[in-house]
Amino acid sequence: MCGIIGFIDRTKSRMDGSSIKAALSLMNERGSGDGAGYAAYGIYPEYADYYALHVFFDNLGESKKKVDELLEQWGKIVHQEEIPTTPQPGIKKVHIPWRYFFKPSEDLMAGKMASENDVVTYIVMEVNSNVKGATIFSSGKNMGVFKASGWPEDVANFYRIQDYKGYIWLGHNRYPTNSPGWWGGAHPFNLLNWSVVHNGEITSYGTNQRYVEGYGYKCSLFTDTEVVAYLFDLLGRQHGLSYEMIVKALAPPFWDDIDRMPAKEAELNKAVRLTYGSALMNGPFAIVVGTEDGIVGFTDRIKLRPLVVGENGNRLYISSEEAAIRVLDPEVKNVYTPRAGEPIIGRFIE
Amino acid sequence: MKTVKIDAKGMHYTPLNQKIRAAIKDGAEEIILDNVLGQRFIGDGLRGNVRIIVNGVPGGDLGIFMSGPTCIVHGDAEHAPGNTMDKGMLVIHGSAGDAVAHSMRGGKVFIKNNIGYRGGIHMKQYDVEARPILVVGGTAHSFLGEYMAGGLVLVLGIGEDKAMTDRGIGSGIHGGEIIIRGEVDDFLLGVGAKKFKFTESDLERIAPTIKNFCEQFGYDPADFLDTNYTRIGPASSRPFASKYVWE
Repeated sequence: MCGIIGFIDRTKSRMDGSSIKAALSLMNERGSGDGAGYAAYGIYPEYADYYALHVFFDNLGESKKKVDELLEQWGKIVHQEEIPTTPQPGIKKVHIPWRYFFKPSEDLMAGKMASENDVVTYIVMEVNSNVKGATIFSSGKNMGVFKASGWPEDVANFYRIQDYKGYIWLGHNRYPTNSPGWWGGAHPFNLLNWSVVHNGEITSYGTNQRYVEGYGYKCSLFTDTEVVAYLFDLLGRQHGLSYEMIVKALAPPFWDDIDRMPAKEAELNKAVRLTYGSALMNGPFAIVVGTEDGIVGFTDRIKLRPLVVGENGNRLYISSEEAAIRVLDPEVKNVYTPRAGEPIIGRFIE
Repeated sequence: MKTVKIDAKGMHYTPLNQKIRAAIKDGAEEIILDNVLGQRFIGDGLRGNVRIIVNGVPGGDLGIFMSGPTCIVHGDAEHAPGNTMDKGMLVIHGSAGDAVAHSMRGGKVFIKNNIGYRGGIHMKQYDVEARPILVVGGTAHSFLGEYMAGGLVLVLGIGEDKAMTDRGIGSGIHGGEIIIRGEVDDFLLGVGAKKFKFTESDLERIAPTIKNFCEQFGYDPADFLDTNYTRIGPASSRPFASKYVWE
């Protein structure tokens, strides 16, 4: 049991974090105070061309030196600072949240890496599995994840979430069940511009983990949701699948449903199931993913977790509970429960 | 009639339910809750004949364990309204989430529009008098009446081409009945569910329920009093006997 919420303004009109905090706090019954987090897109316009790397450091000594060296080996840090926080009685500051604005350098990449995204993915995997006392938990452009162990309002106040303005917001209120409640285990889970909030369990985690690890991703954060971020990066960025197709691969229709489809549609669905059998996610889940051009919501194939959608003009809301959406927007319209496995996609208007 | 108004704005469900109980103890016959948003367990375990009007969107498990009162919601409801309800009535002037009427054992739940997944899951029935009834004006998602052991689920499909288009109806049903307006495709039936002909005597049996539902939402019952329904019930009283029993 967890509470999730996703918001997009399709015209990129930005909203500050105070209402997403209020919406998430309304679902406190869904959490246990062991983790909460937010992802906000559009918050660093002055560094929009740079990767914003958010890192948990255990201290600013040896581990930070190693991260600095690795970044300098691949590119340039144009700015870095401790992420501003305000002490909260409900939060024990066990890590130091730090941010770098970083750009891989063409010269240093030449012959070794095909793209900036590959470099950053490599750095994230390398730091999270091999640098003790450092975890990169956010690595996109013009976006950032803010998370910790605590209740939604405490985590929001700790990071001063009301000071950030974004056109996409994700929020997560955690109730850890089968993995530890630590800062890195709070949601959203992020890689590049993909951020994932998830209510439920990925019982196919082992299969999915082995699948993505075959492509160089390393699952090192002790939580099943991590693999969902890598699946989106693999299928979306590397394989170039549309969001609709990614959801079809991760939560496909049943074989007997495919048998009833028109021939062409059946053929496509069969091909997706056969190609991406190891990416299929089993278990109960409701998920919202933030991306560079929108949000994607979907549930498991038999709908074992709640998900509600609402719209109002250019704004799309996806949440575990309708009431949370109504905190964000009392005038919300077209509120409905999507079907199991149905992708709910909100994209920016060009 | 003694009416008490409570402004629920920003209030947690614990003090809200305490206020409701205090009002009833004080002799209130009608309680109006304004600005309700997401408060769970409203009406939890209440007995007697009190009438509760909810203005807003109540949280999950509305009317849980309730035994007697009537609760009218002007708005949508979240998951599991009518959970293990015993007696009384919930009237929702909107839609509701998943697991509506979960484990319900008596009373009525009337939903004007649609419900999510697993409506009527584990509904049960102990005797002829105390029969739980769930009526959905619109449509329902998959696994309607899942593991149902008793009671009645009625889906009218108002405003829909087909009342039900989602699969798994009556999955694991071993008692009670699911009655759906119009035809139901065979592939929508869940494991252990079977279609039966809907007869004049079935209509006679459910007519009071149809009239009662229409009364709540201002529909003309004449539009629904015919035999154009499909009745779905258990194929056997022990659908999974071969799975769990080795004899």
